[in-house]
Amino acid sequence: MATAAQNMVAAGRRPEATQALRLAALVAARGPAAPASTAAEPVIRAERLTIRYGEFAAVREVSLDIAPAQVTAIIGPSGCGKSTLLRAMNRMNDFIERMSVSGKLLYRGGDVYGPAWDPVELRRRIGMVFQRPNPFPKSIYKNVAWGPMINGYRGHLPELVEQALRKAALWEEVKDKLNESALALSGGQQQRLCIARAIAMQPDVLLMDEPCSSLDPIATRHIEDLIDQLKAQYTVVLVTHNMQQAARVSDRTAFLYLGELVEVGETSRMFTTPDNPRTQDYITGRFG
Amino acid sequence: MITLAGPSLVRPMGFRPRLARRRLVGRVFAILCLVAGLVAVLVLGALLWHICRQGAELLSVHFLTSYESTLEPLTSGIKAPLWGTIWLMALTTILTVPVGVAAAVYLEEYASQNRLTRFIHLNIANLAGVPSVVYGLLGLTVFVRWCAFGRSVLAGAAALALLVLPVVIIASREGLVAVPKSLREAAYAVGATRWQAIRHHVLPAALPGILTGVILALSRAIGEAAPLIVVGAVAYIRAVPSGLRAPFSAMPIKIFNWSELAAPEFVRLAGAAILVLLGVLLSMNAVAVGIRAWQQRHKTW
Repeated sequence: MATAAQNMVAAGRRPEATQALRLAALVAARGPAAPASTAAEPVIRAERLTIRYGEFAAVREVSLDIAPAQVTAIIGPSGCGKSTLLRAMNRMNDFIERMSVSGKLLYRGGDVYGPAWDPVELRRRIGMVFQRPNPFPKSIYKNVAWGPMINGYRGHLPELVEQALRKAALWEEVKDKLNESALALSGGQQQRLCIARAIAMQPDVLLMDEPCSSLDPIATRHIEDLIDQLKAQYTVVLVTHNMQQAARVSDRTAFLYLGELVEVGETSRMFTTPDNPRTQDYITGRFG
Repeated sequence: MITLAGPSLVRPMGFRPRLARRRLVGRVFAILCLVAGLVAVLVLGALLWHICRQGAELLSVHFLTSYESTLEPLTSGIKAPLWGTIWLMALTTILTVPVGVAAAVYLEEYASQNRLTRFIHLNIANLAGVPSVVYGLLGLTVFVRWCAFGRSVLAGAAALALLVLPVVIIASREGLVAVPKSLREAAYAVGATRWQAIRHHVLPAALPGILTGVILALSRAIGEAAPLIVVGAVAYIRAVPSGLRAPFSAMPIKIFNWSELAAPEFVRLAGAAILVLLGVLLSMNAVAVGIRAWQQRHKTW
């Protein structure tokens, strides 16, 4: 089967082909694709979901399934609605004035915007990591412990904090300074602390909104390795503008353009033989 | 390439730089600004010097701890007005801060941005500019008569509280607005309710700003005489307020009263009282500066 990159080489479009080849190589380097997800019940399902800010529809008629225990990447150019879609999943958009939702968004079969889910409980189960690290201006320990505390966690808190920090690959670096301010950590460490903070809630799903966009390449590498480990336990939805990142860590990729879902599929296929010409144009760097 | 360096670029056409003239205008303006700055400092300096000459030698522990004497004015003290002012400030703080902060939290955190909210914002901004004597009249009607507080220190403090409330609300709102959205999002994302996010993260982060605003508002209230006179503060009393319903005096009223009298010893007494009032005021401002410095050091998110 000819890949997009090979097609382009054949067509003589060399500069674009280089990027396509690189992405294809990244996908190939990861070995066999994860088992097909369609069999499992989706964790989150959007059905013709439209999200408006006032009159402007940031997300239009998107239908998308998020499969369990996988990393789903949402890619697309700036302003395509990928963050809006992600933030709808744990109702983080509620605080924006004049935001309205139509269509359906289901989490574990219950309507996210209906009476089935209380937004506070929903956010406990669907954790979130933001674009810029945003630790609380408190101690490292309190950053992780606060969420479980206010949600009435009845177990042994210090143990939970240690577990969460270990899973976020941060424990060794901070175990001797748990009572120091989280703001003294480096950007990459702060972002892993934010991941630990989300993990401590024992979430079902982790939403990540361009979690590496403010980090240097080494810190980015750390976070990507972490995401790879996390998907064994959590369903991860990753918004990124970095296609290499999507190719490196995701199992499925959804391409959003101007608020519409253009194409969704296995990452290995999306980056080699996309169905839609617009996907092909985007991943080969012809626009975006 | 060579044509680019042709004569038209060496001497650009169509400009009249007049650099010397432009620089001169700039220098003149800088000097005017310096003079304007010096005027404020010089006037304040002259005032301080004048008052110190009048009243400095009367300043003593005795002056702070004794009552007024009508028989021998120069042995008078300002114990009653000083304690009246301390009572007023304490009560005003207790009355203003909870209401002011709560109002700001409602407007900033709970209210949606509709017409009603904008109307309230506009009104609060206008209330901050209402002359203080109007608050005195309001206090007379509402607190002295309707609430039957009488001409008491409680009524005086309530009137002052109304006077500074808009300022406290505005300062608290500014403190809350300065708290980054990312901090609230962090709290919501781990399953916090709105109140939990406000109580544990937003208010602590806004606290230094709110405290600074409160202290600045109180330094406005401490110098007010007009509303207190209307509410019924007395100029002469030989007692420290014994309770909320007790009659009271206050330092600005005593100063006003002394400076009206003709005999020269009263002018000296007024000078000394002004110095004490300035001392109280400056120490309150020092607290505000201290808080702001602390805030600068800790605001690193």
